[in-house]
Amino acid sequence: MSTSFVRGMKCRLCAKIYPVTPVNFCQDDFGPLEIDYDYDAIRAVLSKEKLEARSFNMWRYQELLPTDGEPTVGLHVGGTPLVKACRLGQALGFNNLWVKNDAVNFPTLSFKDRVVAVALSKAKEFGLTTVGCASTGNLANSVASIAASAGLKSFIFIPADLEKAKVLGTSVYGAQVIGVKGTYDEVNRLCTQVAFKYGWGFVNINLRPFYAEGSKSMGFEIAEQLGWRTPAQVVVPMAGGALIGKISKGFHELHRIGLLHDAPTTKFFGAQASGCSPISTAVKNGWDSHRPVRKPNTICKSLAIGDPADGYFAGKLIRESGGWAEDVSDDEIRDAMILLAQTEGIFAETAGGVTVAAAMKLLQQGKMDADAETVLCITGNGLKTSEAMANKVPEPVVIGTSLQEFEAIHQGHREPALA
Amino acid sequence: MAVKVQIPTPMRPHTGNLPTVDVSAATAGEALRELCKLHPAMEQRLFDNGQLRRFVNIFINDEDIRYLENLDTKIKDSDDLAIIPAVAGG
Repeated sequence: MSTSFVRGMKCRLCAKIYPVTPVNFCQDDFGPLEIDYDYDAIRAVLSKEKLEARSFNMWRYQELLPTDGEPTVGLHVGGTPLVKACRLGQALGFNNLWVKNDAVNFPTLSFKDRVVAVALSKAKEFGLTTVGCASTGNLANSVASIAASAGLKSFIFIPADLEKAKVLGTSVYGAQVIGVKGTYDEVNRLCTQVAFKYGWGFVNINLRPFYAEGSKSMGFEIAEQLGWRTPAQVVVPMAGGALIGKISKGFHELHRIGLLHDAPTTKFFGAQASGCSPISTAVKNGWDSHRPVRKPNTICKSLAIGDPADGYFAGKLIRESGGWAEDVSDDEIRDAMILLAQTEGIFAETAGGVTVAAAMKLLQQGKMDADAETVLCITGNGLKTSEAMANKVPEPVVIGTSLQEFEAIHQGHREPALA
Repeated sequence: MAVKVQIPTPMRPHTGNLPTVDVSAATAGEALRELCKLHPAMEQRLFDNGQLRRFVNIFINDEDIRYLENLDTKIKDSDDLAIIPAVAGG
């Protein structure tokens, strides 16, 4: 029996209602479809006590996710730490800073496990046996892993020049990996054609309305971990631009069903790499819509989406919430990755460097408030993008096995290497 | 110029279930207008006050027309024009 609170899918432009099927856009105006819930019914059944008695993973908020009954895959996703980041805060100038650390999300060390858990649970409900995605890497890892655990066949399309660890971390799960000689946006266009032609479940194409909902769980967790309240400021990295909107949606849903006392007033700040910054450029210039970037050029490949599907909505949210957006250079990204690692012990991927560096810039510009409670969203693990750090960290000092050799190093000019 | 217009699967009810529609046109915009003449239900779905809707992307031989000359992009004989929903990826 269905235990879902989903009423249907609603076009974000014209509000036309559709039944729940694997389709991502409105057939009247091509607008994005979004899941429509019966919040009054959820409010009637879900309490803090009920929710807190469940395991700490994303499925404790199951009523606010679009599966039809119990999830069947990705059962241990989410429940990542919210870390009080005093040392990073001190270095950056924030007096009340937190890091939401999805670099340790299970199973593939990025926030993408949240969206894939929902998308592939839906794929199984729809009876799909072949799934896929267009990916800049993290999504590839996650779809391949969770599809393997669910016994689904997967086709993963990536730009051919991705980081080696992200390619290996996809192929190892037995996925059919297709490296496309082109940008992410070209891969994405090809996948849109493949998804509809073959009727496969592409998580970020025809399953996108369900997939995107998984990101809300990052917002749910932040609010619950802060003691059922929302932070004053959140900094979120932007690629397709969906995550920032879904964190906001998560906060508002918790208020709507009565789990948050106060209505959220969080200011949202978006972070991009300067080599691919369509959304932050649009925000800074006051443009309603982003202008697509034909050839992204940044070490932060996970955010290298030149034509973000949610760019319009991300820009709108940032403006309306009173936030701002900023972009940062490759050097700023690397330095911020090192700063996060050496202050909080968190090795984030390049996108984490983007978030930390953008927060620093926004604070220096006076766009952010140093005293306001702030959460930085770290979305992926540094081991996946270690190539970006080549020559940035010292090589280990190599010695023989004698105490004298160690002491020669120890009393010398440089400290023993940390590696 | 003869051009083949690719229709995304969910929109095919508006083109008599045809996956592609053959038209003759000199530019991308003209090709879309010809498509709408043959299949008038596509007009309001593709355009809003004469402007291409926000979530419609048009590709000529796999290149986004926004990187060319938008609807004025010239078409050569036997080009492919694909209508691609923009809400994908990320």
